[in-house]
Amino acid sequence: MHLSVDNLSIQRGERDVLTDISFTANGGEFIGLVGPNGAGKTSLMRAMLGLLAHQGHCSLSDLSIQEKAKTTSWLPQTRDIAWPMSVKSLIALGRQPHSTDDATNEAAISQAIQDMELGDFIDRPATELSGGETARALIARCLAQTPALFMADEPLAGLDMAHQISALELFRKKADAGGLIISSIHDVGLAARYCTRFILLGDTQLLADGVPLAIMKDPLFADIFSIDTIFATAEDGTLFMPKKRSKTR
Amino acid sequence: MRHSTLLTLLALSIMVLSAFSLAIGPADSALGQSLSALFIDDGGPLTIVMREIRLPRMILGILVGFSLGLSGAAMQGYLRNPLAEPGLLGVSGTASLGAVIALQTGFATLAFYILPLAAITGAILCALLLFAFSGRSKSTLALILSGVAVSALAGALTSLVLNLSPNPWAASEIMFWMMGSLANTSFRHVWLALPLMVLGWAALLQTGRAIDALTLGEDAAATLGINLYHLRLKVIFGTAFAVGAATAVAGAIGFVGLVIPHILRPLVGARPSKLLLASGLGGAALVLATDVLVRVIVPSQDLKLGVIMALIGSPLFLHLIFTTGRREQ
Repeated sequence: MHLSVDNLSIQRGERDVLTDISFTANGGEFIGLVGPNGAGKTSLMRAMLGLLAHQGHCSLSDLSIQEKAKTTSWLPQTRDIAWPMSVKSLIALGRQPHSTDDATNEAAISQAIQDMELGDFIDRPATELSGGETARALIARCLAQTPALFMADEPLAGLDMAHQISALELFRKKADAGGLIISSIHDVGLAARYCTRFILLGDTQLLADGVPLAIMKDPLFADIFSIDTIFATAEDGTLFMPKKRSKTR
Repeated sequence: MRHSTLLTLLALSIMVLSAFSLAIGPADSALGQSLSALFIDDGGPLTIVMREIRLPRMILGILVGFSLGLSGAAMQGYLRNPLAEPGLLGVSGTASLGAVIALQTGFATLAFYILPLAAITGAILCALLLFAFSGRSKSTLALILSGVAVSALAGALTSLVLNLSPNPWAASEIMFWMMGSLANTSFRHVWLALPLMVLGWAALLQTGRAIDALTLGEDAAATLGINLYHLRLKVIFGTAFAVGAATAVAGAIGFVGLVIPHILRPLVGARPSKLLLASGLGGAALVLATDVLVRVIVPSQDLKLGVIMALIGSPLFLHLIFTTGRREQ
């Protein structure tokens, strides 16, 4: 999977949301999209998927809507489930774009259920799950789509600590196996230990792009988030904590 | 319940109700006698009654019910809302307006097909209006709001026509027509409505995959390969053809499109695609059953199907809301 974004800009009315964003990405990467509220993380991903009007170009738009559905899956931020269908039927929706045989579909669905530890829930109505369980069921739906590119908007929101870590481990495993994952994430300290790369958005720009730790140590990072940062060395790597709010920018 | 079992049960209930529908009427005759007169022309009046009056009435009951149930299921799936029904988009309101204008101007008396054609024209105009106002918009909210506006406008214009009606007979004829009924229908109505309904069904039955994906919201559906623009076209025009034609031959009949998907949803595992055909069959059964009731309760009076349907439908719907509400607590 090769992805290129060239001079992508988005306006909302008179206001610039994003200006001239360009980057390329390849299979094997797990990219954390970080930035303060309103930095345009969601807008960038939706524009790349062709869901939001924009200028510039994203290589995904060269694919037909069906081809795109076969290679790319998208986890929206709103955990929206309209009908009380079973968790298994919900996850099976991820197989819709594929005209594969039943055995292949069933294997992809079971793998997704196992990956998200949903085995006990498959017959429950999807609308009766807790917030975190709903999030896991929706991630499982995306995984069942067996995407080469998985784009997720705040996939960790609402998950307990154990499931946050297992989701990040899983995303990293998918990347190591050749997949490309792009995800907006707020818990940068945790994400830094699993992402291969961070893209920092702020002030409508792509401010920094690189190895997570290098980006977090860039003064720009503390500045754009209006925080003071602490780094500590632990036996298994560097730990990060936001220390306190700095003066408002 | 397995899906095929459910569909078989619904089909069986339609067959049983069809037999009842054929057996009941002012011409008093035993069921066996009626059915044999239907299939074997004995040259007597019963054959004419069966073939020219009861058979088309039964067939129209199925066609109208299927159209209403199917459109209801498609509409709820598309709008992701269990309170949606075909009338919400204003299709039945504008179809009624067309019919009422035909009645008021007297054109309806010129030929049998003028009134249904006027109604269908109303429904298609409604679809075009909706499409002009909300076709390009990405959200379904624009469609709902346009539908509500078109409905209100059609209602106001219908009242205006009644208001300006020159004589009380025309006004009462309009009132009775608007209550909805399958009485006084013939095969000519079947042949007029059927082609349009089939077009509408074809469009609506194709929406299954898309409305399943919409369970996850519009963004997720789009990235699952669903063309939301095509889907909207199919839902608007499919409903306009199916419900427009149903209203044209039977008047405005409410509640079928609302209640039937609601009743059947738990039986199909709440999957919108599985609800389409099941709701069509369920709608057909409900309209047939109600049309039998209308003739059984007070045979001497011309009770209107639409009235009885609302009388049955509203308490049933309240009951459903009450029981689902209690389950969720």
